[in-house]
Amino acid sequence: MNYFKLVILALVALVAAMGVNWAHDLAYQVHAFLIMTVAAGMFVWILRGIDEPVATTAPATGYADEVIRAGVIATAFWGIAGFLVGTFIAFQLAFPELNFDWGQPFTNFGRLRPLHTSAVIFAFGGNALICTSFYVVQRTSSVRLFGGNLSWFVFWGYQLFIVLAATGYLLGATQSKEYAEPEWYVDIWLTIVWVAYLVVFLGTIFKRRERHIYVANWFYLSFIITVAMLHIVNNLSIPVSFWGSKSVQVFSGVQDAMTQWWYGHNAVGFFLTAGFLGMMYYFVPKQANRPVYSYKLSIIHFWSLIFLYIWAGPHHLHYTALPDWAATLGMVFSIVLWMPSWGGMINGLMTLQGAWDKLRTDPVLRMFVISLGFYGMSTFEGPMMSIRAVNSLSHYTDWTIGHVHSGALGWNGMITFGALYFLTPKLWGREKMHSMSAISWHFWLATIGIVLYAASMWVTGIMEGLMWREVDDQGFLVNSFADTVAAKFPMYVVRGIGGVLYLSGALIMVWNMWMTIRGAKPVTTALPSNATPAE
Amino acid sequence: MSKGKKDDVTGQSTTGHSWDGIEELNTPLPRWWLWTLYLCIFWGILYTIAYPAWPMVSGATKGVLGWSTRANVAADIKDHEGKNADLVTALLATDMDALPADPDLNRYATARGGAVFRANCSQCHGSGAAGAKGYPNLLDDDWLWGGEMADIEYTVRHGIRNDQDGDARYSQMPAFGEMLNRAEIAAVVEHVVSLSNAEYDAELAATGATLFADNCAACHGETGLGDRAQGAPNLADAIWLYGGDRATLTDTVTNARFGVMPAWGPRLTEADVRAVSAYVHGLGGGE
Repeated sequence: MNYFKLVILALVALVAAMGVNWAHDLAYQVHAFLIMTVAAGMFVWILRGIDEPVATTAPATGYADEVIRAGVIATAFWGIAGFLVGTFIAFQLAFPELNFDWGQPFTNFGRLRPLHTSAVIFAFGGNALICTSFYVVQRTSSVRLFGGNLSWFVFWGYQLFIVLAATGYLLGATQSKEYAEPEWYVDIWLTIVWVAYLVVFLGTIFKRRERHIYVANWFYLSFIITVAMLHIVNNLSIPVSFWGSKSVQVFSGVQDAMTQWWYGHNAVGFFLTAGFLGMMYYFVPKQANRPVYSYKLSIIHFWSLIFLYIWAGPHHLHYTALPDWAATLGMVFSIVLWMPSWGGMINGLMTLQGAWDKLRTDPVLRMFVISLGFYGMSTFEGPMMSIRAVNSLSHYTDWTIGHVHSGALGWNGMITFGALYFLTPKLWGREKMHSMSAISWHFWLATIGIVLYAASMWVTGIMEGLMWREVDDQGFLVNSFADTVAAKFPMYVVRGIGGVLYLSGALIMVWNMWMTIRGAKPVTTALPSNATPAE
Repeated sequence: MSKGKKDDVTGQSTTGHSWDGIEELNTPLPRWWLWTLYLCIFWGILYTIAYPAWPMVSGATKGVLGWSTRANVAADIKDHEGKNADLVTALLATDMDALPADPDLNRYATARGGAVFRANCSQCHGSGAAGAKGYPNLLDDDWLWGGEMADIEYTVRHGIRNDQDGDARYSQMPAFGEMLNRAEIAAVVEHVVSLSNAEYDAELAATGATLFADNCAACHGETGLGDRAQGAPNLADAIWLYGGDRATLTDTVTNARFGVMPAWGPRLTEADVRAVSAYVHGLGGGE
């Protein structure tokens, strides 16, 4: 096995070295160098360990939590990175001077924007999903993670994907598809990592020691499988050269647009909704210490959600070259999706029956509850915005940005913070987080930040939508585009301030996690590895 | 499914399973939730009957309302065109110089021209038409190619120094960096500075005056007042397209400038060309 690994790594390092030499563009060259260094480093590392006596032959027991610990740290790290870039580009929009001349072209808005979206969705959200799914699937299946070190490959492989994607954006490699910007070789790498992820997750489910699969795992599994399908189809492209980052999409024109938004909307639906509902179905009942509200609701809303979501993409293409019939279907499916989406909120919130009093004392539970509140709000707002008449006002405006952020900051962000507060003490064997009042501070800073963000974007979005369509009584447009940009300035400043608050809250969380991990002594009675007998 | 124990708070039984301590209640679906879902589905069926929706073998169902985005926008455009048809006919027929004397038509032309300007011209000239470095201010009376209605209309229609229109206004200042040495350019620049009564070095400017007469006066005139026939700017009015400081002037003299404006004749309708000319003429600087 080690010899096999050595051959593969040597080949990868060799091809990457050739890539450094023959690269057609800077991004490819830097990436080839990075891959060469990683492959060569691992080659040497494995070579040094070869024929060494194996330290321990005893099979690992208990839950595989090391990789989850790494995932918790990575989630917090990428969260801060993503929020920081987001706050910066928010101010770039308010103050264009922040597109510094000395930083061109690497730090202009156009390159930092995908860095922000990918960092928060895929790096922060993705790490949160991977590490919580590893945690949840082990606990709810009473079995150790399948595949041994494969979970470490998933973790590090995913981090490499993030680094390749992020540096690629800054260096100008992009296929210009929203939320699918990474170029072909990065896509191929992610596919490999994702299949490994599926193997680990599915393998663990297969060898579970519970008779039934817990609902959280349905959601996680649907997220992993669907994202694999979306990722592969939307990234079908032909590289211009093996030694360059540029590729050409297989689809073109309106087919490409439709494929892109089939992908884009289901990135929201399966990455940011189904996956995070998996988190919700474990952490909310755990933290509230109450049974899940309704098993029936969880079945019905799971199947209706995943069936309906996949058709809703065309609502991103109202009033475009997309035929009317496809837009109609996208809109109808989006509206029917309203109740299935709310099923998750009801099941989450009503699980607190008999535990509402805990909201007064437990800031972590408060985080879960507000995240469900924002989830409900944005899954109502989404179907509403998909209505053609509403969309003709809201499309291309900041309203869309506000909608995405009330979902991302409120639902995905808050539930991830809650999960990190839940996991950190458990994974490091501490009794509780270092500071409960710091969690409250985080809660309020983040909440006020989201409110500022969403409210300012509603105001500016509806304003610019109205300004764009404003015509005089003879039918002539009243405003130039530049007028609408100028009018948005105050709201852009408010949005930036909202971002600062949200970022500050997250920094407090990182400090709190740091103090928890480094600070208090381990509580010997609650070590995670022997909390529940496994294997 | 086997019934589990009863939950004390809600009175519901659990399903009997426990995953890592998590149990599930057998609560039935909330009625309002289920009925809202049914309602949405029912509405969805009706909506897809009313509007174009279901893909068939060739084409899709058209919907009983006969609704289509393309037909709607065509109807809207036709509606507006119908309302303004008389005014458009009058605008196309009018002598442009007589336009300001016809209040109704002038109001229409200015409103239409303003919309054309905001959509097509504001990117360079600014939404308020105040211009920017390299893009002339259209509010003042300093015209490069003439400020009368006919001049403005010609400029809009054919543009300036573009490749698309053979009738585009054209002139080219030589790059004097190839003809004069640095000291000479500095002297010419000093003379140009002196023309607009800024503070200047009299001795240097005097040297420059000779060079100006030999090299520049042919286009910009003996006194630097410019020549609209060839778009040569007036250098004595303290209005600068690229900047009147010595560094910018040195750059201009050394490398020359070549400002381009597209020809709008092929891109806009005849009525739009006339309207935007009237709008620019009416901004305050029209002659």
